Amino acid sequence: MTKPIVEYKDVHKSFGDVEVLKGIDLDIFPAEKIAVIGPSGSGKTTIIRMLMTLEEPTDGDIIVDGKNLWKMNKNGKMVEADEKHLREIRGDIGMVFQHFNLFPHMTILENCMTSPIHVKGEKKKEVKQRSIDMLERVGLGDKINNYPSQLSGGQKQRVAMARALVMRPKIMLFDEVTSALDPELVGEVLEVIRDIAKNDDMAMVLVTHEMDFALDVADKVLFLDDGVIAEQGSASDVIEHSENPRVQEFLSRFRG
Amino acid sequence: MNYWSFERFFEAWPYILKGLHITVGVTISAFLFALIFGFVWTFLRRIPERHINWVVTWVMEFIRSTPPLVQLFFIYYAWPEIPVVGVTLSPFASAVVGFGIHFSTYIGEIYRSGIESVDNGQWEAATALNFSLLDKWRLIILPQAFPPTVPMLGNYFIIMFKEVPLASTIGLTGILHMANSFGSEHFNLIEALTIVGIIFLVLSYPSARLIKKLEVKLNTRFDKNQVIDPVE
Repeated sequence: MTKPIVEYKDVHKSFGDVEVLKGIDLDIFPAEKIAVIGPSGSGKTTIIRMLMTLEEPTDGDIIVDGKNLWKMNKNGKMVEADEKHLREIRGDIGMVFQHFNLFPHMTILENCMTSPIHVKGEKKKEVKQRSIDMLERVGLGDKINNYPSQLSGGQKQRVAMARALVMRPKIMLFDEVTSALDPELVGEVLEVIRDIAKNDDMAMVLVTHEMDFALDVADKVLFLDDGVIAEQGSASDVIEHSENPRVQEFLSRFRG
Repeated sequence: MNYWSFERFFEAWPYILKGLHITVGVTISAFLFALIFGFVWTFLRRIPERHINWVVTWVMEFIRSTPPLVQLFFIYYAWPEIPVVGVTLSPFASAVVGFGIHFSTYIGEIYRSGIESVDNGQWEAATALNFSLLDKWRLIILPQAFPPTVPMLGNYFIIMFKEVPLASTIGLTGILHMANSFGSEHFNLIEALTIVGIIFLVLSYPSARLIKKLEVKLNTRFDKNQVIDPVE
């Protein structure tokens, strides 16, 4: 059996006095597509933000490719990870944000090129070709010299995906990437994610409110409720056949 | 009585203009000093340690709440009397250090507001793309933090320019000093001080316009490659 690429081991997270995550255990396997659903405030986003090193867990371990993300061995003792340690592991992980977070002072091509060049030290020429290919793949080949401010929300989000993909991560995280979009722009973004999910072999974790999409794309669905994984299984098990009343109540709000 | 003489007015010009390079020189040097020293304040303010932060905040507050004139007097007259660290500075150097330090506290705050104007999502995106701390600042944060500070920095440049004549009190031979000495030789200050006023107007006003232009230019910079096919 293949080894998981990410393991959460009894991970807790508190903000002040509020415990948002109350013990998360989760394995993510290579190439696995996981959708995380659940009511807002249930801690969905926090799960992936801890993996992206944007939040530090209060307790527990996150293991990435056999290495402890937030702790490191120093003179035989496990201590809090420093930036160097985080940077070594973080290179395998990419993230797309709800609010795109494109760099407004760069063209969309520069947005894609900057990290392979400056972080990985790759050759400019090669990165440029790869970035153009990626922007064409997300349907923005004709906009490479535009600035983010000249794009629609859906286009911005597609650039953000190209930017993350150019780094060739092993794990891609999607944080409610369609929530900030006008309804008519959601489809084009989901289409790109569907394409990535079908054709790329990286692991993907999608925090989403798009149930039909989760059903279509995800191998596994997690239902998060009140800081714990209340239900998990195949997409159809959780979304279509769950007997958990909390899941049914949550889903009924989407079915209307 | 002869209150105004055009003869004296024209005679005074070359005399007073001899002080111009000093006034402008102090302004530019002190501003550069403040631009650099401002970074120090901004850096110190960002140290996440409560006590250091408290001390830095109060030192800045002290410097800002004390009149620049008092600070000039202190640096020029009092500092040399302090054992060990005391140094005697020329009027020019005293003015550069005095105005430089005074205005650096304001400029440090401007930098801070510029940095804080950059959305936190930019930091997060830079982290997600695994940039080093140095590259985050260099490539992502500062290029966005800088443009909005330009008009404020420009305003302080002009404000500082107008404060520089204070340094005539410690013997800086700028235009005010020259005007004064011309006036006392001729027992009439009207023409000489009028000239000083004209010089300040002639230099300040175009500078203000220039800053305005620069501001507009920087704000439109992100759109420099015209829109090929704007928002669908």
